[in-house]
Amino acid sequence: MSALLEVNGLRTYFFTRWGTVKAVDGVSFSVNEGETFGLVGESGCGKSITCLSILRLVPAPAGRIIGGEILLEGEDLLKKSEKEMRKIRGRKISMILQDPTASLNPVFTIGDQITEVIKIHRGLKGRSLWQSAKEMLEMVRIPSPDIRLRNWPHELSGGMRQRVVGAIALSCEPALLIADEPTTSLDATIQVQFLRLLRELQQQTGLTLIFVTHDFGIVARMCQRAAVMYAGKIVETANVRELFNHPAHPYTQALMKSLPKVEEKVERLASIEGQPPPLHNLPPGCTFAPRCYYAKERCRSEYPPTVEIEKGHAVSCWNFNEFQ
Amino acid sequence: MVRLWLHLKQVLLKERFSRFPILPGGIVFIFIFLAIFGESLAPYLPNEMNLRERFLPPFWQEGGTMGHPLGTDMLGRDMLSRIMAGARVSFIVAVLALTLGGLTGTVLGIISGYYGGKVDAILMRSADATLAFPIILLAMLLAIILGPSLQNVVISLGLVLWARYARVIRGEVLGFKERDFIALARVAGSSDFRIMFRHLFPNIRSTLVVLLTLQVGWVIIVEASLSFVGAGIPGPDPVWGSMISKGRDYVTMAWWIPFFPGVAVSVVCLSFNTLGDWLREALDPKLRQVIGGG
Repeated sequence: MSALLEVNGLRTYFFTRWGTVKAVDGVSFSVNEGETFGLVGESGCGKSITCLSILRLVPAPAGRIIGGEILLEGEDLLKKSEKEMRKIRGRKISMILQDPTASLNPVFTIGDQITEVIKIHRGLKGRSLWQSAKEMLEMVRIPSPDIRLRNWPHELSGGMRQRVVGAIALSCEPALLIADEPTTSLDATIQVQFLRLLRELQQQTGLTLIFVTHDFGIVARMCQRAAVMYAGKIVETANVRELFNHPAHPYTQALMKSLPKVEEKVERLASIEGQPPPLHNLPPGCTFAPRCYYAKERCRSEYPPTVEIEKGHAVSCWNFNEFQ
Repeated sequence: MVRLWLHLKQVLLKERFSRFPILPGGIVFIFIFLAIFGESLAPYLPNEMNLRERFLPPFWQEGGTMGHPLGTDMLGRDMLSRIMAGARVSFIVAVLALTLGGLTGTVLGIISGYYGGKVDAILMRSADATLAFPIILLAMLLAIILGPSLQNVVISLGLVLWARYARVIRGEVLGFKERDFIALARVAGSSDFRIMFRHLFPNIRSTLVVLLTLQVGWVIIVEASLSFVGAGIPGPDPVWGSMISKGRDYVTMAWWIPFFPGVAVSVVCLSFNTLGDWLREALDPKLRQVIGGG
C-alpha cells in the first residue's frame, strides 16, 4: 500500500487581533490508498482547518498556511498555483460537510447542482450530462432519479440531501474524499444508512476517505487507522484496533473512559477535567499537561517528541512507558 | 431570468393574488402603457401650440371644453396630451438610471461583500461618500459642465443609485457567503467569478427585484425635481418636472398647469412604492421557506 496523501509538519495559523491562533501546529499523517483514515478530536481542535488546509481553502486573509508540506501522489499541493489547485479541487479531492441543509444552493434544482460540477471537470454536455447526473443519483441509491433531478433542495429530506451532496462530491471520481462530520446532523438510523452507503461506494470505487469526527463509534465502524488531535496537534496515531485496545496517550485514554459502554452500568460517565487551552495562548510544553493526570515537571516545559511505540502506532507523550 | 419570472408568476397568480394591490398595479400598468403608446394615442401633438386657446381650464370649469379635458397651458398646448407623452421621459429615465445604477451597484456590492477586507473598505467608504453628496447638486454640476440632457440626468442618477444597491447587496452577500454551499462550490473547484455570479447572485435576485421596484418612484421624483430646477431634460419636449416648473409662474390664474403633472408624478411614485412593498412581502416568506428548507 502506498501513501496517497502525506501531510508533513503542517502549520496553519490565524493572525487575529488577540494574537496568533495556532489552529494547526505541526500536524503530520499519511493516508494510504483505499483506506479510511479517521481524524478524531473535540470541537475546535483543528480537525476542520487541517482539512481546509489540504484543499488550500483556509479562510483568508486571517488564516495562512505557515509551513509544512502536503503531498498528494507525491506532489506538494502547497507549491501549486491557485489555478492548478482549482483543477485538483473536486477532481482529485472532494469534500462533504456537516450540514446537508446548508450544503445545497437553495435556488438551484438538484439536477443543476450535480451537472454543474460534471460540466466544469468532465466537460460533458446535453444528454450525456443529464445521463451521468442520473447515474450519480442512482449510485447513491436515490429512487426515481429523474424526478429528483428536477426537485429543489428544500423538497428533499435531510438524509436524501446528504446523499445528493455525496453524489456531487463523487461525481468527478475524486481520489480522495474528505468527510467533515457528514453524519452529525442526521438521525441515528439515517446515519447508519449513510455510513453504510459510503463504505459500499468505497469498496466499489477504491476511494480514499478522510473521516473527520468526534464520535469514536463512527471511527470504530468506518476507519482502518485514526489520528487523535488535541489543541492543533496530533497526539496519537494508530490503527483503530490498536487505538481502542491500547490507547497510549493520556488524552486518548481519557476519551475512551468517557465512552458509554453497554455492558457496564454507571451513574456518571467519566469526564476530563478542565477545558482545552485557548489556541492563541498555548501553555509551554505539552498542551494537554494542565488537564493530564500523569503530568510531571517536564511535561509543563517541553513538548514531547513523537515516538513510534509499535509499528504504525505513534504517540506524543513523555510518560507513555509508565502506564503501558 | 426565466426562472425568476416563473417564480414571480407563481407568486402573482397563485399564492398572493388576492392581496395584489389592484389600483397601484393598474396605475403602473397604465403608466408603462402610456410610456410606450402615449404619444401616438394622445389627441394632440404634445408640442402643438395654439395661441388662441391659451389657458383653457379643465372641462368641468367655466370656459373649459371637452376638446381639452385637462385644459391647455400658456402656449395653448393640450395638457392631457403632454402628460400622456411625458410618461415616456420619466419611464426612459427610470429604466436607464436603474439599469445603470442597479447593475454597477450589484456588481460592486457582490465584489465588496465577497472579497471583504481592503476592497470592501474602499468600496463601502466611496458608497458612503456618494450617499452623503446631494444629488441635486451633482446633477446641476453635470448640467453646468456638460449641458442639461437626458443622458446627464441618467448619469447623475446612476452615480448616486449604485451606492444604495452596493450597500444592500453587500449585506446580502455577507449573509450568504459563509454558507456551506458556497464553501462546497469552492471545494468543487469553482473560480471566484463563478461563485459570485453563478452561486451568490441567484440568491439575491429577489432582493434586487424588490429594491428596483421601490426605487422607481424615487427616480421619477428626482428626475422631476431636476427638471424643475432646470438641470433636467430641456424643453420643449413634455417632461413632468419642467411642466410643473414652467407652470409655477401661472399658478394663481391657471392652477391646472402645474397641478396635473404634479398629480401624475405623485400617483405614479406612490403606486410603484405600494407595488414594491407588496412585492417585498410576497417574495420574502417564500424566500425564507426555500432557504430554511421546509
